[in-house]
Amino acid sequence: MDFQTRKNMKEKMAFGALRLFSFSIIAILFFILGYIVINGISVVSFDFLTKMPEDGMTKGGILPAIIGTLCLMVVSLAIAFPIGVFSGIYLNEYIKDGWFKRFINLMTNNLSGIPSIVFGLFGMQFFVNQLGWGDSIIAGSFTLAILVLPVIIRTTEESLKAVSNTFREAASGLGASKWQTTYSVVLPIGMPNILTGLILSMSRVSGETAPILFTVAAYFLPQLPHSIFDQVMALPYHLYVVATSGNNITESRPIAFGTALVLIFIVLVLNLLANWLRKVLGSKVKMN
Amino acid sequence: MIKHFLKDFKERFIEGVLFLSSTTTSILVVLIVVYLFKEGVGIFNRTPVAEGSELLVSAANKVNKLTADEVRKIFEQEFTKWNQVGGSDAEIELFRLDDITNYYTDEQLGENFENMPHCIDTILMQHPNMIAFVSKQYVLPNGRACKVSIDKIAVKQVMLGNRWYPTASPVVELGIWPLLLGTIWVSIGAILLALPFGLAAAIYMAEIADSRIRKILKPLIELLAGIPSVVYGFFGLVVMVPIIQQTFNLDVGQSALAGSIILGIMALPTIITISEDAIRNTPRAMREASLALGANHWQTIVRVVLPYSVSGITAAVILGIGRAIGETMAVLMVTGNAAVVPTSFLQPVRTIPATIAAELGEAPFGGIHFQALFFLGCMLFLLTFIINVIVEMLAPKKLKR
Repeated sequence: MDFQTRKNMKEKMAFGALRLFSFSIIAILFFILGYIVINGISVVSFDFLTKMPEDGMTKGGILPAIIGTLCLMVVSLAIAFPIGVFSGIYLNEYIKDGWFKRFINLMTNNLSGIPSIVFGLFGMQFFVNQLGWGDSIIAGSFTLAILVLPVIIRTTEESLKAVSNTFREAASGLGASKWQTTYSVVLPIGMPNILTGLILSMSRVSGETAPILFTVAAYFLPQLPHSIFDQVMALPYHLYVVATSGNNITESRPIAFGTALVLIFIVLVLNLLANWLRKVLGSKVKMN
Repeated sequence: MIKHFLKDFKERFIEGVLFLSSTTTSILVVLIVVYLFKEGVGIFNRTPVAEGSELLVSAANKVNKLTADEVRKIFEQEFTKWNQVGGSDAEIELFRLDDITNYYTDEQLGENFENMPHCIDTILMQHPNMIAFVSKQYVLPNGRACKVSIDKIAVKQVMLGNRWYPTASPVVELGIWPLLLGTIWVSIGAILLALPFGLAAAIYMAEIADSRIRKILKPLIELLAGIPSVVYGFFGLVVMVPIIQQTFNLDVGQSALAGSIILGIMALPTIITISEDAIRNTPRAMREASLALGANHWQTIVRVVLPYSVSGITAAVILGIGRAIGETMAVLMVTGNAAVVPTSFLQPVRTIPATIAAELGEAPFGGIHFQALFFLGCMLFLLTFIINVIVEMLAPKKLKR
């Protein structure tokens, strides 16, 4: 075997190995998803989705947890989205290079690196105790909002960065002011990506457990919330509870699988939606 | 004129609102630091005596100052004589609240134990070699007994102590060493498992896969990042843990290994995305130079592309460790949560985030245990802060997230 063929053999083997490793990751992903779908699909029914939990959470449905998680998603993003987008606009369109920009960037990076349980501690100390909101949707939502704020800021910044400068120059050439340019030219073009970020943040909020442990999540509360100052159950916490500390772990295992499936379903749908949005709206803007 | 003024005003106003929004993250970081550290550092201002309790000795006893360790040894009857802690030659007599019935009848104590403080004071009067551990409410004000003074909790005790018993009595033990070590073990294990896979996938996606396959792989990796940690934990609990238990013939499958595997899977997307970016950043000219010299694609990858992107890959690894360190729910569900210094990957371990999540619900507000958990939060904050700074220094401008 001459040098050249040996070299190429080596390459083939290496590439084969890389391919194998990469696809084993995908296999793991499908194994996890498949395992939960197969075990959970028989549990999920109309009743499961619309009934209260019963018998120490070994029977019945998960309605309050679903509603709770939806409340948290809506309220937390209603808080984080405007602030995040405004802040992203300022960081990309207005701010001048210098120490202030570097400082804000550093702080935003730091915030995104803080572990979620630390947000939980802070939320408990600040929103629940200091502001006296108690364990409530509003306290939990603010905590979750802090968690996704850096994500929204970053995606907004990236989306606006991708907008070509010619648009800005054209707009200001026509006499538009800074805000007019941003609002009617730059933002609409960046919007699909910003919305993608919003949807991915919703997906993140739906699955976070640690920040809501001590700020909102109820162990067992078979009723729907009446106001944002009520405690609620939430899907991820419910899954944790029925999987580890319910009254009867073996009997509530099907409930756990069902809850996991619903949770994964939400994440999956939001991810697909985000991808679809990126593709469809993204191409539309380019055509116009 | 007025129209112009209004327009100008509107511009200014909007810029102001945008500016205020952009300062939110900084304000939040400051608030988090203040609230976390105010509570967490508070433990160094307290004595390690269990919440709401007091240690008393007879006034005749010349020992009235003990260290936490001495108190523990006395009550575990490791020390039985006062001269072991610098006192006289006499035997140490222990007194806990339950022992009161050996000395007084219920009638003597009163219906609501209103005579309790007085009785305890008298007992101590009569037993000069006794040390008593009682609730604060039963300490007679201006009594004849003498309070034992104990040093405040020291930084060294907390950082290097290897016993975590935050609810022990008479003295709590807040050594975070086993938790710190547990966290680091599980995280390092996770990265060691994830790195070969993650790096392979990053190279594959950046260099080899055609764009059609890439378009399928990319969203799948994103999905891997999107699965909630509690679902990973649940999966680990019902699948990984039993497998580990059977394979290694263990009593419990919950172990550092289970935690590392699950965290490894969770760290994959971080490692893949950032390394891929780093690999992609290799200048085209370098690649072409290598190919022109007769190297094939694989040789170019190994000798040119990887060395060039090594700082980016290191950043990916460190960021992956950062993610793993902070991960709470999955670890809480699969590692078994035993607060001992780990010696093997097949043992149950307990990490810092899992400790906070598991114990905060039971810790009375503002108590020693509560503050100790906040201190753990501070440690976690510092660890991830350091990691962020390292990543910031390592990653070239374009890689910054």
